[in-house]
Amino acid sequence: MEEILSLFYENREFIFLIIVSVFLGIEVISNVPAVLHTPLMSGANAIHGVVIIGSIIIMLQADPTNYYALILGFIAVVLGTLNVVGGFVVTNRMLEMFKKKSK
Amino acid sequence: MTELLGLSILELCYIVASITFILGLKMLSSPDKARKGNLIAGYGMGLAIFATIFFKEELTPDKWLNYSLILGGLIVGTVIGTRMALKVKMTAMPQMVSFFNGMGGACAAVISLVEFDHLRHNSNPETGMLIVILLGLIIGSVSFSGSMIAYGKLEGKINDKALPGGQIINILLLLALFGLAIWMSFTGNLSPALLYILLGISLLYGVLFVMPIGGADMPVVISLLNSFTGMAAAFGGFLYGNQAMLTGGILVGSAGTILTVLMCTAMNRSLTNVIIGSFGGGSSSSEKSGEQGTAKEISVTDAAILLAYANKVSVVPGYGLAVAQAQHTIHNLEKILEEKGVEMNYAIHPVAGRMPGHMNVLLAEADVPYPKLLEMEDANEDMSSTDVVLVIGANDVVNPAAETDAGSPIYGMPVIKVWNAKNIIVLKRSMGKGYAGIENELFFHDKNRMLFGDAKDSLEKLIAEVKNL
Repeated sequence: MEEILSLFYENREFIFLIIVSVFLGIEVISNVPAVLHTPLMSGANAIHGVVIIGSIIIMLQADPTNYYALILGFIAVVLGTLNVVGGFVVTNRMLEMFKKKSK
Repeated sequence: MTELLGLSILELCYIVASITFILGLKMLSSPDKARKGNLIAGYGMGLAIFATIFFKEELTPDKWLNYSLILGGLIVGTVIGTRMALKVKMTAMPQMVSFFNGMGGACAAVISLVEFDHLRHNSNPETGMLIVILLGLIIGSVSFSGSMIAYGKLEGKINDKALPGGQIINILLLLALFGLAIWMSFTGNLSPALLYILLGISLLYGVLFVMPIGGADMPVVISLLNSFTGMAAAFGGFLYGNQAMLTGGILVGSAGTILTVLMCTAMNRSLTNVIIGSFGGGSSSSEKSGEQGTAKEISVTDAAILLAYANKVSVVPGYGLAVAQAQHTIHNLEKILEEKGVEMNYAIHPVAGRMPGHMNVLLAEADVPYPKLLEMEDANEDMSSTDVVLVIGANDVVNPAAETDAGSPIYGMPVIKVWNAKNIIVLKRSMGKGYAGIENELFFHDKNRMLFGDAKDSLEKLIAEVKNL
C-alpha cells in the first residue's frame, strides 16, 4: 500500500497530466463530422508514432557494445518511423482530396 | 551550463510538439483546416524527434555506431513508409492505417523488451517501472498482432475464422496475461523466459481477438487498436518521463476511444460485445427468413430509362463501390444525368465501407462536390421524394431487418431507409450476403430490382445507355 502511495506521489504530475490529456482528447474531437472520421483516425494514428522518441532514447543511452539494445533499438526506430512518416503521408493524401474539391 | 541549456531547449521543443498535437487533432476535425492540422502535427513530430537526437544526451564520438543506427533507421523507415503511403490505392486506405498502427504497437513492444533488459541489470529494480514496462509490452504486442490481422483481413488475405469456444479461450488468455503480469510485478521476478511467454500470449491474444470479427466491425477494431497503441506510447512516456510521448499517446488513446464509442453507437453495438464476441456468427438469428420470394432482375436498358426519366436519384455507395474502383464511373453517370436534368445526390451511411468516412474519401477522390454528399439523417428525410435509389455494393447499411427483425444481429442499427423511395435498383455482383453475413430482405422487396455484375462494369453500361436515350 505504501509503495503504491509513494508511486502515486512520485508521479503525481504525470498523473495530473494524464487526466487533463484524457479530457482534452475527448473534447478536441467531440464535434468531428462523419466525413472526417477516416482522416482523423489516420492522423491520430500518426501522432501516436511519437513512441519513436522512446526508441531514439534507447539508442542514445545504449552502450555501444550492448548489441541486444542496439539491434532491438534499431528495429524500434524503423518501426516508429514507419508509423510516423507513413501515418502523416497517408493522412495528407486523404486530405489532399478534400482540398481539391473545395477549389 | 551547456547541458542545462540543451535540456531546456529539449523540454521547450516537447512543449511545442505537444501543442502541435493538440492543435493538429483539433484542426483534423474541421473540413477546411484538416490538412493544415495534419501538417502542423507532422512538423511538431519532426521537431520532437530531432530535438531528442541532439539535446537528450551529450553527443560523444564513441557512440558513432548508435548515431549511425538512429540515422539509418530513420532513413529506412522514411523511405519505406513514404513509398507505401504514396503507392497505396485510396480503396486500400483502411488497411494501410491498420498496418502503420501495427508498426507503432510493435515499436512500443520492442522498447519494453529493451527496457526490461535494462531493469534486469539494475541493482534496485523499481516495481513501478516494471509495471509500466509490462503494460507497454502487452498493449503494444496486442495492438501489433491485432492490426496485422485486421490488415490481412481487409486485404482479403485472411478469412473470418471463429474457433469453437473462441470467446472462452480469449477470456482465459486475457486472464493468463494479466495474471502473469501481476505476478511478475509483485514477486519482482525478472526472468526473460517469463517475459517472452508474456510476449507470446499477447501476440496470440491480438490474433485471436481480431480473427473472428467480421468486416462490419473492422472500423471499430482498427479505431480501438489505434487507441491501444496510443496508450502503449503513453506508457513509454511514463517510462522515460517524457511529456511529448505522454501527451501524444494519451491524446490518441482518449480520442481514439471516443471515436470507437461513436462508431459503436452508430452501429448500435456495445464495445464489450465487439471485444468479447464476434458478429453473432449470423446463423443463430435470421433463420426464419425462409419465406423470401425471388429477387427481380432489371436489364441495363430498363435501369437507364428509369434513371434518365427520374427527377431525383440518390446513390447509396458501399464497399462494393470501393472494390470495383467505380468512384469515377459513378461521378460520370452523375454528370450525364445532371445534363439531362436529373437531380442526383449520395446518401452516405457513416459506417459504409470498411471504415467510417470511407465513402467520403472515395468520392472525394473522384471530385464529387461536397454538398452532394448527404449524411444519413438528411438522406432519410429526403427519401420519400426520391424517385430512384441506386444501391451500389452496399448491403447491411440498407437492410430493413435493422428496423423490423428483433432477432437480427444488426437490429437497431440506424440504416438508410431506401424502401421509402419510389424505386430501388441494387447493383451487386451476386446474391451473396453482406459482411455481417445475414440475409437482406430488401432484395426481395416489391420496389426493388437487381442489376447483377461488377459495379464499375454495370455503371459503364448504364452510362452508355443513358447517353443513347
